[in-house]
Amino acid sequence: MSIAAKFEIEYLQYLDAEGKQVRDDLPAFTQDLEYMVKLYKLMMSTRVFDAKSIALQRTGKLGTYASCLGHEAAHVGIGSAMKPEDVYAPSYREYGAQLYRGVQPREVYMYWGGDERGNDYQNEPARHDFAWSVPIATQCLHAAGSALAFKIRGEKRVAVCTIGDGGSSKGDFYGAINIAGAQNLPMVAVIVNNQWAISVPRKIQSGAPTLAQKGIAAGLYCIQVDGNDIIAVRKAMEDALERARNGEGGSVIEAVTYRLGDHTTADDARRYRGEDEVKEGWAKEPMKRLRNWLVAKGVWDDAKEEAWKAECDDWMDNEVNAYLETKTQPITAMFDYTYAEIPADLEKQREFALALEKKAH
Amino acid sequence: MAQITLIEAVTQALAYEMAHDDSVVVLGEDVGVNGGVFRATQGLQQKFGELRVLDTPLDETTIAGVTVGMAVQGMKPVAEAQFEGFIYPMMEQIACHAARMRNRTRGRLTVPAVFRAPWGGGIHAPEHHSEANEHLFTNIPGLRVVMPSSPARAYGLLLAAIRDPDPVMFFEPKRIYRQYKEEVPDDGEALPLDVCFVLRDGTDVTLVTWGAPVKECLEAADALAEQGISAEVIDVATLTPLDFDTIAESVSKTGRCVIVHEAPKTAGFGAEIAARVAEECLYELLAPVERVTGYDIHTPLYRLEMKQMPSTARIVDAALRTLAAS
Repeated sequence: MSIAAKFEIEYLQYLDAEGKQVRDDLPAFTQDLEYMVKLYKLMMSTRVFDAKSIALQRTGKLGTYASCLGHEAAHVGIGSAMKPEDVYAPSYREYGAQLYRGVQPREVYMYWGGDERGNDYQNEPARHDFAWSVPIATQCLHAAGSALAFKIRGEKRVAVCTIGDGGSSKGDFYGAINIAGAQNLPMVAVIVNNQWAISVPRKIQSGAPTLAQKGIAAGLYCIQVDGNDIIAVRKAMEDALERARNGEGGSVIEAVTYRLGDHTTADDARRYRGEDEVKEGWAKEPMKRLRNWLVAKGVWDDAKEEAWKAECDDWMDNEVNAYLETKTQPITAMFDYTYAEIPADLEKQREFALALEKKAH
Repeated sequence: MAQITLIEAVTQALAYEMAHDDSVVVLGEDVGVNGGVFRATQGLQQKFGELRVLDTPLDETTIAGVTVGMAVQGMKPVAEAQFEGFIYPMMEQIACHAARMRNRTRGRLTVPAVFRAPWGGGIHAPEHHSEANEHLFTNIPGLRVVMPSSPARAYGLLLAAIRDPDPVMFFEPKRIYRQYKEEVPDDGEALPLDVCFVLRDGTDVTLVTWGAPVKECLEAADALAEQGISAEVIDVATLTPLDFDTIAESVSKTGRCVIVHEAPKTAGFGAEIAARVAEECLYELLAPVERVTGYDIHTPLYRLEMKQMPSTARIVDAALRTLAAS
């Protein structure tokens, strides 16, 4: 018998659940402990931001919100490895990556609070990134299209998309990695496998032992990493981005993590998953292991933790206030961005709506 | 000056714009070496290279999604759906992203793309190759839905579509791809979008149509003229955003309106025009509005296909009914 193809998927992990090193060859960036503290701080501010968002929703000040609790290492790992000139096409809960790229918490609050201006990110590099994509996996093709544009223009930039374990079941995901392979595009697709697509568990998404191996079919480089270990996520991202930038093609990274919260604030995960599983998820959560590692290195302690937590609280309070003080857009804004220039026929509807509005006041 | 067909006008417009704007990229299945199954992109890859005329993997969803991504990055992609009946997998990307990117980001990101599709029936094609479904797109805000009906309008409207900063659905009536030739100067002159073209002046009845049935409407106008009836023929050309003023002006003048389209009757775009005529021109009407359309059926295979189409005779009959009613 002859073999047409064989493959294996590497699993990458540096820190175990308690923050102990499981291998000695730590990547170079970990030697800069100040930088590692910076990553931890962003993970922590992401968590504080998330808790604040949930609180806002529960008190009626935010619409439905998709929590990122438990994804901090995966998301900050993705965002921190990217260069400013790269382009990010997220789904709808990757705030840790986006905050790193300059999205402001007030913008996230505005989006989930019913105001399109939340998608009009003011800071670079987020300003040239895609906005959140609610239709599942569709953003993977936007990353592929961006990567194609970079290739055509000869730009050394990489397009990154993130997708959930459920999203990796969609044809759009396969279409994106397929054209990335066929055209040798500078694209990195990260499957943030948090084990649940609303109520449907990972095992029902695919019979494949890893989701990373889906990229094999497309001819991409594939790796599975511990998504709760930021060192592993960042290292895999760094390598994949480097390969893409050097014209060596695209990658699929599967970051195995766990969704500690509900799918969104409209969901109640207790309906479909047991407490034991969630308890186990908490035992592996990403903050603790990096904190323990930093404490062991002597660069972090309880006092610093408290002080940074207080700073995050102040930051979020300030962002919440800015959000709450934002006036609703005028009714004409509903019409003004449908086309570059408002067509005459739509202008009539705009005038009608404006006249109704004036009459009502 | 050479006389060219409608499909040659499409090629001519693509070549002109690609030569004058480096950001214009053509992509789709078979568009490269083969020049498209209808030869709309013939010779373009040889002229502009494999990076600007891209044969994609065989996946319409990929073509549409990649088009959105490229357009957001400042390219002007012109994507081809090989046949109108294959456009359904593209609809999620078109409706959820292309059409609304500008609005949902308050203008931060935009999609200056064109989605081309050979449209409609009448060429004895297999199943799924002959759909007329432009009405599915006219109900999606943020899109332009454009349909040329002659070589000159194909050239001018396609140039306008590529230059337009918003996504354009460009439906090419394949029944008339090679039906006749006309002189189309390759001068880069675009025609205006969002404007109806009055192809023939008349005083007794207004025939409103778009795409391939323009031919049957003009023939019907000739037949009516032989009976002493003066028909005005309007080619809508850009369905949305609609230039209703031109239609209203005509219907107010003639008092009679016959709307002709290939798509199924129920909730076809003719229903929209009829409703607008009722809203805005009711007191000028001398007769009920007539619609000559495809039936509410799937496009039949080709032995019965032409029975589904609005024929010249059906249009003449409808026009005569409006005259008999008043």
